[in-house]
Amino acid sequence: MMMLFYSAAAIAVIATLAVISSANVVHALVYLIISLLSVAVIFFVLGAPFAAMLEAIVYAGAIMVLFLFVMMMLNLGQATEDEERAWMKPTLWIGPGLLTAILFIQLACVLLTQELALAPVEVGVLDISLLLFGPWLLAVELASMLLLAGLIAAYHLAKR
Amino acid sequence: METIPYEHGLILAAILFVCGLFGVLTRRNIVFVLMSLEIMLNACGLAFVVASARWEHAEGQIMFLMILTLAAAEVAVGLGLIIQMYRRYHTVDISVLNEMKG
Repeated sequence: MMMLFYSAAAIAVIATLAVISSANVVHALVYLIISLLSVAVIFFVLGAPFAAMLEAIVYAGAIMVLFLFVMMMLNLGQATEDEERAWMKPTLWIGPGLLTAILFIQLACVLLTQELALAPVEVGVLDISLLLFGPWLLAVELASMLLLAGLIAAYHLAKR
Repeated sequence: METIPYEHGLILAAILFVCGLFGVLTRRNIVFVLMSLEIMLNACGLAFVVASARWEHAEGQIMFLMILTLAAAEVAVGLGLIIQMYRRYHTVDISVLNEMKG
C-alpha cells in the first residue's frame, strides 16, 4: 500500500513536470493523462474508489479527449513547436520558478508541522450517493446548471 | 495495515498545485495555460479526497465531484475560446491578446 502510494505519487510528479516543460502540445497531453491516471491510483489507495473511477473516466477520458479533438482541429505544426522552444528561456522562467518554489516550501512547512496518520478506510459509492442526493441535492442542481451554461457558452464561442 | 502519513498526501497535492501555478506563470501558449489550470484543479481535488480519507467522511469526495464538474465546464468554455482565438489571430500565443480596449 505504501509502495503503491509513493510510486504513484512519483509518477504523478514526474509526468506533471514533463507537462509543464514539454514543447509539443500532444506529448504534454499524453503526459497529463499519465499524471491523472496515477492520481486515480492514489485515490484507490486512499480508499476512494468512486473518485478514482471518476478521475479515470471523466478527467483522463472525457476532458483529455476534448483537448485532443481541439488540438486536431487547430492542427499546430512544427512552427509552433519551434516557437515554443524559443520561449523557454531561463530568463523567462527563473522568476516564477523561484516564487513558486518559495510558495511550495511554505506549504510544506505548514503541512509537516501536523502529525496525523492516515489509515485507509473505504468510503464507497453508497456513502457518497446518500449524501449527494440528500443534503447536497441543491449542489447537484447547481452543478447541472453550470454544465448547461458551459455547454451553451462553448457552443456559442466555437461557432463561426 | 501500514498507514500513509496524511501530510504526504497533502504535500503531493501541494507539489502538483505549485507545478500547475508555475506552468500558468511561465507558458505563453494558451493550450499549456489551460492544461496547467487543469493540473491546479486536479491538485485541489486530490487535497479534498485526502481530507475525506483522513476524517472518513464522504463530503470531501462530493467536493471532488463538484470540482470535476467545474473543470469540465471550464475546459469546454476555454477550448471554445481557444478555437475562436485561433480563427481570428492564427496563433496560440496569448501575447497577441493585448488589444482589449473595453
